[in-house]
Amino acid sequence: MLEVERLRKTYTTDRGGVHAVEDVSFTVEDGRFYTLLGPSGCGKTTTLRCLAGLERPEGGVIRLDGRVLSGEGRFVPTYSRDIGMVFQSYAIWPHMSVFQNVAFPLEVSQDRPSKEEIARLVKEALALVGLEGLERRPAPQLSGGQQQRLALARALVRKPRLLLLDEPLSNLDAKLRQRMRIELRELQRRLGITTVYVTHDQAEALFLSHRVAVMQSGRIVQEGRPRELYASPASPFVADFVGDATFVPGEVVDGGVRALGGVVRCALSEALVPGAKALLVLRPERLLVHAGATGGPNEFAGTLRVAAFLGDHLDCVVEIGDTVMRARAHPAAELRRDQKVWVELPPDHCLAIPDDGWRPRALTRTFEQDTE
Amino acid sequence: MTSAGVTARRVALHAPTWRADVVIVAAAIAVLAYLTLFPLAILVLGAFSSGGSVFDFQFTTRWFARVLTDQASFELLANSLAYAGGSAVVAFAMGTAIAWAVERSDVPLRNLWYGIALVPLIVPGIIHTIAWLFLLSPEIGWINAPLKGAFGFSLSAYTIPGMIWIEGLHSAPLAFVLMSAAFRTMDPSLEEAAAASRADPWKTLRRVTLPLLLPTAASVVLILFVRTLESFEVPAIIGLPGRVFVYTSRIYLALKQYPPNYGLMAAYASVLLAISVLGLLLHRRVTRHAERFATITGKAYRPRRVELGRFRFLALAGLAVYGLLAVALPFVVLLYSSLIRVYTLPSVENFRELTLKNYSFILEDDLTRAAIVNSLKLALVSATVVVAITSVVAWITIRTRTPGRGLLDFLAFVPIAIPGIVLGVSLVWLYSTIQIGIYGTIWILIIAYVTRYLPYGIRSMSGGLAQIHKELEEASTAAGARWWPTFRRVTIPLLRPALLAAWIYVFIVSLRELSAGILLYSTQSVVLAIRIFDMRETGQYTAIAALSVMMIVVLVALVAVLQRLGGRTVQAT
Ligand SMILES: Nc1ncnc2c1ncn2[C@@H]1O[C@H](COP(=O)(O)OP(=O)(O)O)[C@@H](O)[C@H]1O
Ligand SMILES: [Mg+2]
Repeated sequence: MLEVERLRKTYTTDRGGVHAVEDVSFTVEDGRFYTLLGPSGCGKTTTLRCLAGLERPEGGVIRLDGRVLSGEGRFVPTYSRDIGMVFQSYAIWPHMSVFQNVAFPLEVSQDRPSKEEIARLVKEALALVGLEGLERRPAPQLSGGQQQRLALARALVRKPRLLLLDEPLSNLDAKLRQRMRIELRELQRRLGITTVYVTHDQAEALFLSHRVAVMQSGRIVQEGRPRELYASPASPFVADFVGDATFVPGEVVDGGVRALGGVVRCALSEALVPGAKALLVLRPERLLVHAGATGGPNEFAGTLRVAAFLGDHLDCVVEIGDTVMRARAHPAAELRRDQKVWVELPPDHCLAIPDDGWRPRALTRTFEQDTE
Repeated sequence: MTSAGVTARRVALHAPTWRADVVIVAAAIAVLAYLTLFPLAILVLGAFSSGGSVFDFQFTTRWFARVLTDQASFELLANSLAYAGGSAVVAFAMGTAIAWAVERSDVPLRNLWYGIALVPLIVPGIIHTIAWLFLLSPEIGWINAPLKGAFGFSLSAYTIPGMIWIEGLHSAPLAFVLMSAAFRTMDPSLEEAAAASRADPWKTLRRVTLPLLLPTAASVVLILFVRTLESFEVPAIIGLPGRVFVYTSRIYLALKQYPPNYGLMAAYASVLLAISVLGLLLHRRVTRHAERFATITGKAYRPRRVELGRFRFLALAGLAVYGLLAVALPFVVLLYSSLIRVYTLPSVENFRELTLKNYSFILEDDLTRAAIVNSLKLALVSATVVVAITSVVAWITIRTRTPGRGLLDFLAFVPIAIPGIVLGVSLVWLYSTIQIGIYGTIWILIIAYVTRYLPYGIRSMSGGLAQIHKELEEASTAAGARWWPTFRRVTIPLLRPALLAAWIYVFIVSLRELSAGILLYSTQSVVLAIRIFDMRETGQYTAIAALSVMMIVVLVALVAVLQRLGGRTVQAT
């Protein structure tokens, strides 16, 4: 079990201190796949590097199986931690062959196995990632996907207690990324190795993880199982980051929110009492566009601005009053631009959360915003 | 990412529980400070002392007063600035023209010009200078004799223009190397955008290319200026007989006069040091600005070449003339002189009586033999020591956050501002005062060379290390390797090209070095360049020619072989 308590890390730069990680706590149960998810610069990598011992946090405690790795006046150096790590750049040593890369962690270990044992373990690790037969190949001659597998084999060959991965799929092309995602998931489930994974890709996080922690400016803002994060985000930031969302501000009434020129029936998060300011979170994939009124609950009339064919659905942009939202229509629906439509907001899939003032970046940014 | 620069410098690979890194850094600082700052401190102290050593220190401002107010001192300053400035401009103009032709035009035989332009970088300055003396000496120069016969006048080498020409020609390759790198790393889309705005090639060059290159150009001119200011070969071999004095030659005279005037020498050296430091500070300003331009990237592009059309062969002719003047003519005149008995202008009789006597003389001369052995020893030891020190220093400054690493980096860079002859003066002061028995031995030369070449080592190592992604080392730590296995099995192998390049560079320049050793050698520690310098004073020009030809052939072959072995181009600056 990995326990992280109140981790803090500040970088000193020429322009003062950067609070990269502030007060981060989480626990990863044995055999679980745990993901740190957040936008670039939110402190994911720094957290992971603290776990690896590549950074020295100035506060907090990190424990692996009850043993303190960092904090309480102790600091176990990286080379003494029982970890395997996959770097974003893969960090494959270009002056070594595939075999030498994977054998390295065994060769430098305190109780170095025999030559035959090393050969066997390397072979096993390469087979695990599907690279068998490439032992003699110089590492720079591997493709991107193969380097990624090699990095994984190297991280696994020591059979570490903890596997750390920093955006390992982000350098692959889309197709390969899909495939590696599946393989990585299967591998982790099969080996049952405790894993901490860092990514900014929410789909990847939802797909791979048992639990996900969403980070924002150096803090964990919400933590939970993937479906919990998707279904009940605690803040607009999380709602926006995990999945697509249209936000509609409104005032809480009994059983719903006053917005869109009426009352939207929806689930209310606990903190909300009638009269409070709230934000409706609408998932485009849950909203249905109809050419005519169906008479169901939560139906609002609007004007269709965009309808693009995407195979299994029409991706629509609808204007209701001065709110613009994305929604979906049946792929066979006959819809024309600027015609009147009805949008159905199924009450089960609508959620209102407290409005903390946070808004996603507008699509059309002003010049000042771009250069800041 | 905006913090990329910061991030790259502040990488943590600390061995945190064990503070030995602090001890290592402290030791390294002590060694470097001893090599670089201590001699300079003694030098400045010496310039304020009327006694002969630091131990009988008696404060005086006499030397500085003389150096700064003497009426000859104004002339000295004017000469130095004219010589250094003129050579810098000549070298820059030639180097830039060649760089542009080779990098940006479709002039034929482009690769050949790289090779040709690099040869003068390998040929020692003293050999180049003597070769041009054979060509431009007023009475018997190959160029002057016919001129005098035909038009009744000659172009004397023994003037400031003569010095500027000879030094400029020799430094042009440095400008070529630096400017061609600038041309190569400039984003061609900037020029293409000009073309797309309907600017013709000439306008593009004038309105876009040149303004973009301006900061780089300024920095190159400053480097050339400082290096020429420090140079000793042309000022001593041409300036002294021509009675054109500059700082380096004046310092030399102050020691060679009888009795030697150490205080005066130190004062002159301090002034030269100050000017050199000033030039480099200016250079820093200019290049810091250049970074803000941010048009010159580290990437190598493949720009479209300007089609010269009918000027193509004119450009080729221009390059050929350069090759002739900088490489072919000097070599031919040396080869010819090395094969005759007594130096005279070429004639039919001379060609009938060609002889190898000069070569056998050189190879049997005890002093020359000693010089060859000493030079090789010095080059081997200096290159190895410099590489060993700088690889560790570079690693500490780039990869750790140990306190004091900034100072370490600075100390290793200080010698870049110390002219060779000033370093010589400082060491004369230091080791004639503190007698630890190395004065007059090869050891003092080793100290001088190592100190002088530290900055080149640091630059090569830091550059090489910065290119090695830090994750490659972190992956090793994460795999369970401690500092030493990581350094040995990951860092050093990846750093090998940079290590080798630095080693080769220091080795070659050590073999050519004159100015740092000229005040420090004794008969038992004579080296090649100094041997040539001495033989010149006794007028053994044909023997010098033979030794020069051998040196050129060996050095060029050596560089070719070493480059094959895996080094990059021997870098200049
Ligand atoms: N070595 C460093 N020096 C200074 N600031 C850093 C360094 N590494 C990261 N930071 C800063 O810390 C913050 C968090 O960085 P990081 O953990 O790399 O983010 P993420 O991996 O989530 O993109 C960023 O603002 C980043 O600029
Ligand atoms: Mg990151």
